[in-house]
Amino acid sequence: MTQMVDYADAVRRYDPVLGIEVHVELGTRTKMFCPAEASFGAEPNTQTTPVSLGLPGALPVVNGTAVEYAIRIGLALNCQIAESCRFARKNYFYPDVPKNFQTSQYDEPIAFEGWLDVELEDGTIHRVEIERAHMEEDAGKNTHVGGSTGRIHGAEYSLVDYNRAGIPLVEIVTKPITGVGDRAPEVARAYVQALRDIFRVLDVSEARMERGNVRADVNVSLRPTAESPLGTRTETKNVNSFRSVERVVRHEISRQAVALDAGETIVQETRHWHEDTGVTTSGRVKSDAEDYRYFPEPDLVPVEPSREWVEEIRATLPELPQARRRRLQTEWGYADAEMRDVVNAGAIELIEATVAAGSSPAAARKWWMGELARRAKQDEAELADLPITPAQIGELQGLVDAGRINDKIARQVLDGVLAGEGDPESVVVSRGLEIVSDDGALLAAIDEALAAQPDVVEKVRGGNQGPVGAIIGAVMKATRGQADAKRVRELVLERIGA
Amino acid sequence: MTDLTRLSASAVAEKLRAGEVTSVEVTQAYLDRIAAVEPEIHAYLHVSADDALATARDVDARRAAGEELHPLAGVPIAVKDVVVTQGMPSTAGSKILEGWIPPYDATLVERIRAARMPILGKTNMDEFAMGSSTEHSAYGNTHNPWDLDRIPGGSGGGSAAAVAAFAAPLAIGTDTGGSIRQPGAVTGTVGVKPTYGSVSRYGLIALASSLDQAGPVTRTVLDSALLHELIGGHDPRDSTSIPEPLPDVVAAARQGALGDLSGVRVGIVEQLQGEGYQPGVQARFEESVELLKEAGAEVVQVSCPHFEYALAAYYLILPAEASSNLAKFDGMRFGLRVEPEEGPVTAERVMAATRGAGFGDEVKRRIILGTYALSAGYYDAYYGSAQKVRTLIQRDFEAAFEQADVLVSPTAPTTAFKLGEKLDDPLAMYLNDVATIPANLAGVPGISVPNGLSDDNLPVGFQVLAPAKADDRLYRVGAALEAALEARWGGPLLDRAPELG
Repeated sequence: MTQMVDYADAVRRYDPVLGIEVHVELGTRTKMFCPAEASFGAEPNTQTTPVSLGLPGALPVVNGTAVEYAIRIGLALNCQIAESCRFARKNYFYPDVPKNFQTSQYDEPIAFEGWLDVELEDGTIHRVEIERAHMEEDAGKNTHVGGSTGRIHGAEYSLVDYNRAGIPLVEIVTKPITGVGDRAPEVARAYVQALRDIFRVLDVSEARMERGNVRADVNVSLRPTAESPLGTRTETKNVNSFRSVERVVRHEISRQAVALDAGETIVQETRHWHEDTGVTTSGRVKSDAEDYRYFPEPDLVPVEPSREWVEEIRATLPELPQARRRRLQTEWGYADAEMRDVVNAGAIELIEATVAAGSSPAAARKWWMGELARRAKQDEAELADLPITPAQIGELQGLVDAGRINDKIARQVLDGVLAGEGDPESVVVSRGLEIVSDDGALLAAIDEALAAQPDVVEKVRGGNQGPVGAIIGAVMKATRGQADAKRVRELVLERIGA
Repeated sequence: MTDLTRLSASAVAEKLRAGEVTSVEVTQAYLDRIAAVEPEIHAYLHVSADDALATARDVDARRAAGEELHPLAGVPIAVKDVVVTQGMPSTAGSKILEGWIPPYDATLVERIRAARMPILGKTNMDEFAMGSSTEHSAYGNTHNPWDLDRIPGGSGGGSAAAVAAFAAPLAIGTDTGGSIRQPGAVTGTVGVKPTYGSVSRYGLIALASSLDQAGPVTRTVLDSALLHELIGGHDPRDSTSIPEPLPDVVAAARQGALGDLSGVRVGIVEQLQGEGYQPGVQARFEESVELLKEAGAEVVQVSCPHFEYALAAYYLILPAEASSNLAKFDGMRFGLRVEPEEGPVTAERVMAATRGAGFGDEVKRRIILGTYALSAGYYDAYYGSAQKVRTLIQRDFEAAFEQADVLVSPTAPTTAFKLGEKLDDPLAMYLNDVATIPANLAGVPGISVPNGLSDDNLPVGFQVLAPAKADDRLYRVGAALEAALEARWGGPLLDRAPELG
C-alpha cells in the first residue's frame, strides 16, 4: 500500500522518461552466422559448429533469412532500411561469449528511425519513437551450480551451454519515451506487448516470453519537470513478462523518487529484477560506460539489401495487429468500448473464427464476452483455454438461429460441450434438447393444459387474453422448455377459438 | 635413381603420372630427408609420417586401379601450423594451443586431402604469425638452410626452410604482411600471396582478418601456380571469399616460362628501393629488371607516395584486429588452461592466468597495442586514421596500375639476419616487411621469386605485384624472370645452397 502511495506521489512530482530495448530471438532454422540448428530445448552443446563455439579458424557467414526477418521487423515498425550496413565486434570477456566478442551491429543498424503506435487499455494511443533495430547474435547460457541463489556468487562451478550462442537476435531500441507521466508503466507494458504481437504476426519468432524469446531491458529516469534535462537512468535487464515490465517501471519510479527526495544521486547502473519480491537490486555499475572497443567485423562484408528486395518484403508483409483490429471493428460493427473489451480479453481470434464458422459478429461477441467470459473467470482460465472451439460456438449459434433451440437451452448445450459430450448437435440429440416443433405433440400438451384450467379458457374466450400466459407456462413446463413459446401461443389461441 | 627430393613438385607429379615412381617412394624420401635435416633446421613442429604414408599408399592403389586423380595427387606437402588440420596438432606456434587437436579441417586442407596429397606435417612459425624471423615461435627457432646461424624469415620460416632444405616439395604459408614472401626471399624459394579473398581463410587461425591470406611456398613458379589453383577459388564459408573463378594461373606460368614479356608494362615503385635496401639486394633487383626488359617488357617508374605510411598503418590495423581475434584463447573451451596460483578460481582469473602463461611477449605486445588503438577516445586517432591511410594506399595502387600491368620491388630490404640480432628491437624487425606490407593493405597479390645472392652469399627475392584478381600476371612475369635467371645460372639457385644432413 505504501508503494502505491509512493508511486502516485512520485509521478506527481517527477516526470518519468523510459527507454526500452527489446531483444527478440528470431525463429530461423539455423543460427545467425553458421548452419547449427537454432531450435529450443536440445541437449546442451549439441547444436554447435566450430563457428558457434568460437574455435580457432572458424569464420561467420550471415544468415540471409535472419536479414529478411530483421527487415520485416524494421518495416513493421515504420523504419527506414539501410542500403548498406555492417556488423561490428563488441569486445568483452565472458565465458558464454565463445569468441569473447559479440558480433553485433553498432553504428550501422539495418533499420532505423521508426515508430510504433501503442494502444492502452482505455484506447489512448501513444506513439513510441524507434531509434533502431539491429541484428546480433545471442550468447550461450550459463548455469551456476552449488550456490543457493543460482547466481554466480557462491556457486561452486558454472556450466555453459553454447546451443543458444549464435541464435539470431534483433534488438529494437526506442528513443526516450517522454510525456507519459503516471501512465509510464502501462505504456511500457503495452509497447512490449504490441511488439510481441507484431513478431507473431510477422512470423519471425515464436515470441514466447516464458522461453526468453522476447526479453526487455527497461531504462527509467526521472526529472523534475518535462522541461528539465534527462535524469540519470538505470537499466533493468532481462525482464521477461509483460506484467514484470509494468512492475519494473512502477518500482523504479518509486525507488528513484525516494532516492532523489533524500538528496541522493541516481547511479547509472544495470539492475536486476526480482519477480518474487517485486524489487530491483543493483548490478554492474556502468559509470564509465564499459569500453567494448567496437570496430567493424573484418570477417564479414557489408549487408546490402537491394531496394527491390526490401519492396518485395514490404509488399508481402501481413496485416499488422493494429490495422487488423481497426478492420475487424468496422466489419463487425462494434462500438469502440466493445472492441477494446474484446482486445483486452484476448478474444479477437476467437471471435473472428466464430464469425467464420457462421455466427453473426454480435452473437459471437455475446458468447465470448458473456457466458464464456463468465465461465473462464470462474475457472480462472484464459478464454482460449476453455474446452470449446470457435467452430462449436458457431454451430451452437446456428442451432439458435435455425430455431432448433432457444437461448436458454443453448446454455445447457454449452454445458454439454464444455463437459466433453461432443459437438452442440450431438449434445442436443443425446440430451434430447431439441425444440418441440411438431404441432401434434404440442396440441396434446395444450389440450391437457386447457382441460386443467377451464376458468382461464373462459376468461380468454370472454376477450381477456391476459391470463393466456398461464396456459402457455403449463405447456412449456410439460415440454421441459423445449417448445417454441410463440408457436404455443398461436396454437392455444386457435384452440380456444379466441 | 635421382634424389626424388631435389625434383620440383611438377616434375614429381609427372613421374607419378607416368608410373616411374610411387607416392610411397616420394613420401618416404621426404620423410627420410626430414629425419636427416630436422636436427639442423627445425622446420617442423609436427611430422605426420604414418598419415602421410597412409595417404601415399591409398593414392598409389587408386592410380594402379586407373582412377582419375588430381594432377598433384601423391605429391607430399607441408602445412604451416596456423592452418587447422583435423586430428593433427595446430598450435600456431603458441603454447596456448599446445595439445589442441582441431575437430575440423580448414577449407584449403580439405582441398589438399581431396587431391590426395600426403601431408608431411605442420611447420614452425612465429607465434600467431607475429614476426619476421620465426624466433617468436614458442617451440624454438627454425634455422635458415643457407646459414644455420641465420633466420629463415617469418612468420612462415618453417614452410620456407622446409622447402629450401628439400624437406618438402610444397608448403602452405600465410601472409599478413609478408609472411610468405619475405621467408621466400631469404631462403631462395618462391612464395605467393594471392589476392585477398582468392584463397579461403576458413580454418586459418586468424591474425588480422582483413590482411591474412594463405598461399603457396614452393621451389618453382609453376609449382606455386599448381598449388594456387588447387587451394584457390570461392568458399561459401568465408564471406570475404571472391565469387568469381580464379584466373588461369597455371597457363600463365607456362606462358611466362617461354620467356616472352612483349607488351607487359612493368612499373618500378620508387618508394620500394634505394635507401634502406642492402646494396646487394638493390643490385640484384636492377639486374632482374634488365632481364625483364630483355624479355620484351616495357619498364616504367611509378610513384606510390603513401607507401611511406604503410608500416605505421599496418601496425595499428594488425594489432587492433589481432587483439580481438586472439580474445578467444582464454582457457575456457580448448587449449591451455592455467589456474591462478593463489586466490579464487574464477573464470576471469583463469582467463588472465591462461593468457599470461600462454602468450609470448610479441603477442602480448601486439594485443596491448591493439587494445589501446581500439579504445574509446583513441579509435579515431589510431584505427580510424590507419583505415584512411589504407584507402590512400589502395588509391596509390590504382593509379600505379594505370601505368603498369605489374609493379616490382625487392621483396625484403636485406638478406637473412642473424638469429637474435633483431629480437630486442621490434621496430627493426618490423622494417623487414616494408616492401611486402602495402600489398596486404590493398588486398593485391604478390609473388617473391629468388633472384640471386647478395654480397654475403645469401639469397635475395624479387617481388612482383599485380592488381586484385589478376594473380595470373604474377605467374607470367615470375616464370619469365625465373627462366631467364636459371638460364644464366645454369640451374636453380637452391643448387648453390650448402649441403645439409
